[in-house]
Amino acid sequence: MKPIRMFQGMAAALMRSDVDTDQIIPARFLKVTTKDGLGRHLFSDWRYHADGSPDPEFVLNKNPEATALVVGDNFGCGSSREHAPWALLDYGIRVLIGSGFADIFRSNALRNGLVAINLAIEERDRLAALCPDEISVNVFDQYVRFGDGKSTTFQLEPFARHCLLHGMNSLDFLISHSKAIDFYEEVHS
Amino acid sequence: MSQTLFDKIWERHVVVPEKDDHPAVIYIDLHLIHEVTSPQAFTALKENNLTVRCPQKTLGTADHSIPTNPTRQFADQQAADQVSRLLENCREHGIRCLDLNDPAQGIVHVVGPELGYTQPGMTIVCGDSHTSTHGAFGALAFGIGTSEVTGVLATQCLLQRKPKTLSITLEGTLAPLVTAKDVALHVIAKLGAGGGAGFVIEFRGEVVRGFSMESRMTLCNMSIEAGARAGMVAPDDVTFAYLRSKLGEDWQPQSWQRETSDPKARFDREVFLDVSELTPVITYGTSPDQSLPIHANIPSDAASRCLDYMGFESGGSLTGIKVDVVFVGSCTNGRIEDLRLAAKILEGKKVAAHTRMLIVPGSGAVKRAAEAEGLDRVFMEAGAEWREPGCSMCIAMNGDQLQPGQLAVSTSNRNFEGRQGPGGRTMLASPATAAACAVAGAVADPRFLEVTA
Repeated sequence: MKPIRMFQGMAAALMRSDVDTDQIIPARFLKVTTKDGLGRHLFSDWRYHADGSPDPEFVLNKNPEATALVVGDNFGCGSSREHAPWALLDYGIRVLIGSGFADIFRSNALRNGLVAINLAIEERDRLAALCPDEISVNVFDQYVRFGDGKSTTFQLEPFARHCLLHGMNSLDFLISHSKAIDFYEEVHS
Repeated sequence: MSQTLFDKIWERHVVVPEKDDHPAVIYIDLHLIHEVTSPQAFTALKENNLTVRCPQKTLGTADHSIPTNPTRQFADQQAADQVSRLLENCREHGIRCLDLNDPAQGIVHVVGPELGYTQPGMTIVCGDSHTSTHGAFGALAFGIGTSEVTGVLATQCLLQRKPKTLSITLEGTLAPLVTAKDVALHVIAKLGAGGGAGFVIEFRGEVVRGFSMESRMTLCNMSIEAGARAGMVAPDDVTFAYLRSKLGEDWQPQSWQRETSDPKARFDREVFLDVSELTPVITYGTSPDQSLPIHANIPSDAASRCLDYMGFESGGSLTGIKVDVVFVGSCTNGRIEDLRLAAKILEGKKVAAHTRMLIVPGSGAVKRAAEAEGLDRVFMEAGAEWREPGCSMCIAMNGDQLQPGQLAVSTSNRNFEGRQGPGGRTMLASPATAAACAVAGAVADPRFLEVTA
């Protein structure tokens, strides 16, 4: 994972509630054994008509330059598939701004460097109303700024923030505790 | 200090305590893997020159993308390759894996309990959100992502912030043909699809005590549909009797496997529900929290987007809606008691001519038990398809799927748009309701089947 300190890009709003991971990446695209190329199928059933032509009304087709999404409540609910953040990242989405993500999705997103930011509902809605808009996100100082110049602060889970800033893999952290794991196994065997 | 069952299991599994700047390192007793969410984890192991720390605490099974037709012909090469990859990975690392030829093969959340792997007091994870099922045994069990699968394979541990606790007490007496599935859908409607986020639910009360292990599994399975981290039921004699039936009469729980919540234990949130008046429940929308008593009319304030997708009108009645496909199966309702219930409704009746009914046992063991009891004959005489075990139409990865526009009544767990096939529409219900719908060829109340059929 590459370190991420600052992000600048274009935000679009996808304000449906309870967007589940089956919409983010439908199950029929999960018969793969790698993480590559999933961006093609991101939001497949919303992005494309049944005949494969793009739906011009879908937010990513209206805003093809979007690299951040302001999203509705409980985004990423349903299946634990990490293919969901893989698909978002492969497509080019780097930041999600929501108000309550589904637990497993948020954890999967942050682990892959997809910055999932939680804001109060009113603040999230205010930013959604500004979309599409140029935004900047500062992961170190934990604020997001839209085109209106107002800064909104957010709180990332400290360990996730540390991993984002340093491009650190949580696997390395687990492995660094091998002695404690050995000890635990000895005591509980 | 008084503790909840969750607190006790958590405390017993802390390897490195949580601090402000990092989550706790938690030890995992059982790691279940399947073909869809594990291949990238094994690749990451290889890339990092790591190996599987505890192959004996890992169990693999092929379930999501496997065919359930009698010939076991894969729908496509990609699915076949994915299953081959699982088998290769397990072989290479010395992990037991249930392939299609293994008599124990089945859905990961059905086979874990059946084989006695799932036990009280354990921590159990799988790259699959319905891992919450195993909480029925008084285990702490939840779904994880593939990066976490890599971590558990390599270290047998997981990084976690301690979740909050939610007690849901279910009181009253359930009416006949009202099942754990109806209770689960009712609870999810009360909490909302994200209402359980950040919480581990403990289901308590006389209704849960009266439930069989299979009903408890159905209830815990659906916890994730309220967004909860996990669902659990404290172990009791029902739990221990189930385990003895799988592991032998000599099996005895260890003292830590008998733990329950202390009488004065404090939960972060408590909910009490009396379910005596509950009738069969069915979903009308595209989120599992959009459900109603089967005789209700669709509310006037229902989200228009979901009604547009489903082709339903606000104010309209649910009963009588024409049903194209009925699916009985999945990790939610693919166990022997579910099949018995469906058979009880179907016995001596026929599936409506315009309706296709698939019955997919959750495992090889469930299939054999059903056949020993003659349930397969009831199903086939009624005109239903009796299939091989797997996830099948719950996730529609294996060729078992709806055609665009088709409406299914399904005993599975998700009614998301296109979940059972692009453009397909799903109404979630119990096996009793599903069977009644198959006979009526329309949404029907299993309690009044004679009238509607």
